[in-house]
Amino acid sequence: MSDIRRKGLTMTQKILASHAGLDSVEVGQLIMSRLDMVLGNDITTPVAVKEFRKIGIDNVFDKNKIAIVPDHFTPNKDIKSAEQVKYIREFAKEKGIVNFFEVGQMGVEHALLPEKGLVVPGDVIIGADSHTCTYGALGAFSTGVGSTDMAAGMATGEAWFKVPEAIQFELKGKPGKWVSGKDIILHIIGMIGVDGALYKSMEFVGDGLSSLSMDDRFSMANMAVEAGAKNGIFAVDDKTIAYVKEHSNRPYKVFAADEDAVYSEKYTIELSDIKPTVAFPPLPDQARTIDKVGDVKIDQVVIGSCTNGRIEDMRIAAAVLKGHKVHPDVRCIIIPATQKIWKQSMEEGLFNIFVDAGAAVSTPTCGPCLGGHMGILAKGERAVATTNRNFIGRMGHPESEVYLASPAIAAASAVAGRIASPDEL
Amino acid sequence: MKIQGKVIKYGNNVDTDVIIPARYLNTADPAELASHCMEDLDKTFVERVEKGDIMVAGSNFGCGSSREHAPIAIKASGISCVIAETFARIFYRNSINIGLAIIESPEAAADISEGDMLEIDFDSGLIHNQTKKVFYKGAPFPEFMQKIIAADGLIGYIKQK
Repeated sequence: MSDIRRKGLTMTQKILASHAGLDSVEVGQLIMSRLDMVLGNDITTPVAVKEFRKIGIDNVFDKNKIAIVPDHFTPNKDIKSAEQVKYIREFAKEKGIVNFFEVGQMGVEHALLPEKGLVVPGDVIIGADSHTCTYGALGAFSTGVGSTDMAAGMATGEAWFKVPEAIQFELKGKPGKWVSGKDIILHIIGMIGVDGALYKSMEFVGDGLSSLSMDDRFSMANMAVEAGAKNGIFAVDDKTIAYVKEHSNRPYKVFAADEDAVYSEKYTIELSDIKPTVAFPPLPDQARTIDKVGDVKIDQVVIGSCTNGRIEDMRIAAAVLKGHKVHPDVRCIIIPATQKIWKQSMEEGLFNIFVDAGAAVSTPTCGPCLGGHMGILAKGERAVATTNRNFIGRMGHPESEVYLASPAIAAASAVAGRIASPDEL
Repeated sequence: MKIQGKVIKYGNNVDTDVIIPARYLNTADPAELASHCMEDLDKTFVERVEKGDIMVAGSNFGCGSSREHAPIAIKASGISCVIAETFARIFYRNSINIGLAIIESPEAAADISEGDMLEIDFDSGLIHNQTKKVFYKGAPFPEFMQKIIAADGLIGYIKQK
């Protein structure tokens, strides 16, 4: 180390510096970073493959550091989707890409990669999917890019980044009953807005982390992009390390922000003050606490996605649905995010509860979240979904509506036929 | 390089789901994507857009999904440049990577009206509103991004290296 004291760095800045081979970085600096993982799905990878072929090289930079997960329109919803998956399957075979996940092993990408141990603390990860920011829950720098960046990443193992500033969120205390990571992140997005963290990192620290499970943290980091953030990142603690040891054999590196790190803004969040929160259409920042939602009748509930399709989400949904029936005017669709979560839900008897309640259980897919298939809305219909976006037309007809909520609120709403808390059942 | 075009204007937070809805993402064909561009927000766009038109919008343009199909659809529809108060970061990156001209200018985004005629000088970053007879300054690109743009996108840049 040099004698000249360098400026304090945030977690993200330290990870980026280490991957660019630099001692330090400045906000706004353009750097070339080494990549530990390059990800794509069935929508973005076909465009990336086309661009990759234009470069005119034979091999990808590392067969083990690319993951291709056909999860959006799979199991293939129509002929065109089948052609797109066929195109990328052939590319994966041709290049010997190890981590291509076929239907049967496939899961929703951002639930699948951590579960398979493909991403660990200290990594730099790009994915041609905006919710790639999910892996920040593990203390990695992880961000969404487009198909051309994916192509360049597959070819060179590098990507350029502008070093971001960060906003620090210090979480304190314990969340109350029915309050999960989803409610905390909806509350935060409601507070700072859909462009509140534009081009910046959201860094989550504080003693409140100890009461948040890894599934809570995945769900929060997942939605950092809904505040415009480049990435969301969590300080690494014992829970992170336990998760990584259970799921991965890869070496990892823990980075912590310097004590004198400079933040553009700092917020302190008392977790005990947060109530179950619902984001009204058409933007994720239209947050209202459950006591202020009014009487919103619904037609569909979706419990799943890269935000909330993990085992804890399934367990919460089951705890709420147990002994109840889905309202006769509501279709309730439950989608465990990976095969492992699916099997675990089955073995724990959660499917009996879901089916007895009158809910449908689907194979893993992103499906309805982006209006692909497996639960599209008609004109004028409303859904409560544990997904991450409620934009115009997101789940179907441009005049349909999506309300974002936690699995507890979604399950209770399925029973009540309107947006409701489990306490009302 | 200079371009000239008529303005089609939108508001804040124009997301990639309205630029090109996911139901059309089972193809990556630019012409097919362009035929559905903006349809959930503005059904008239596809009929009225003319080659060279300039799209102007408010803050956080292109927020949401990472789909490169969004800038591809805009470019293929004939739009020559997008001016916004701010862009969502993935959209910004994707536009540079595929060679869709974009300019961040809060001043221009606030002042320009639907139907105005603009002339943009990419070398100086000056936007001339010929209808209102005023000039605005766009944020210049860092040198590194100018090199990508000059190489006709990221793939061209990598091939050069």
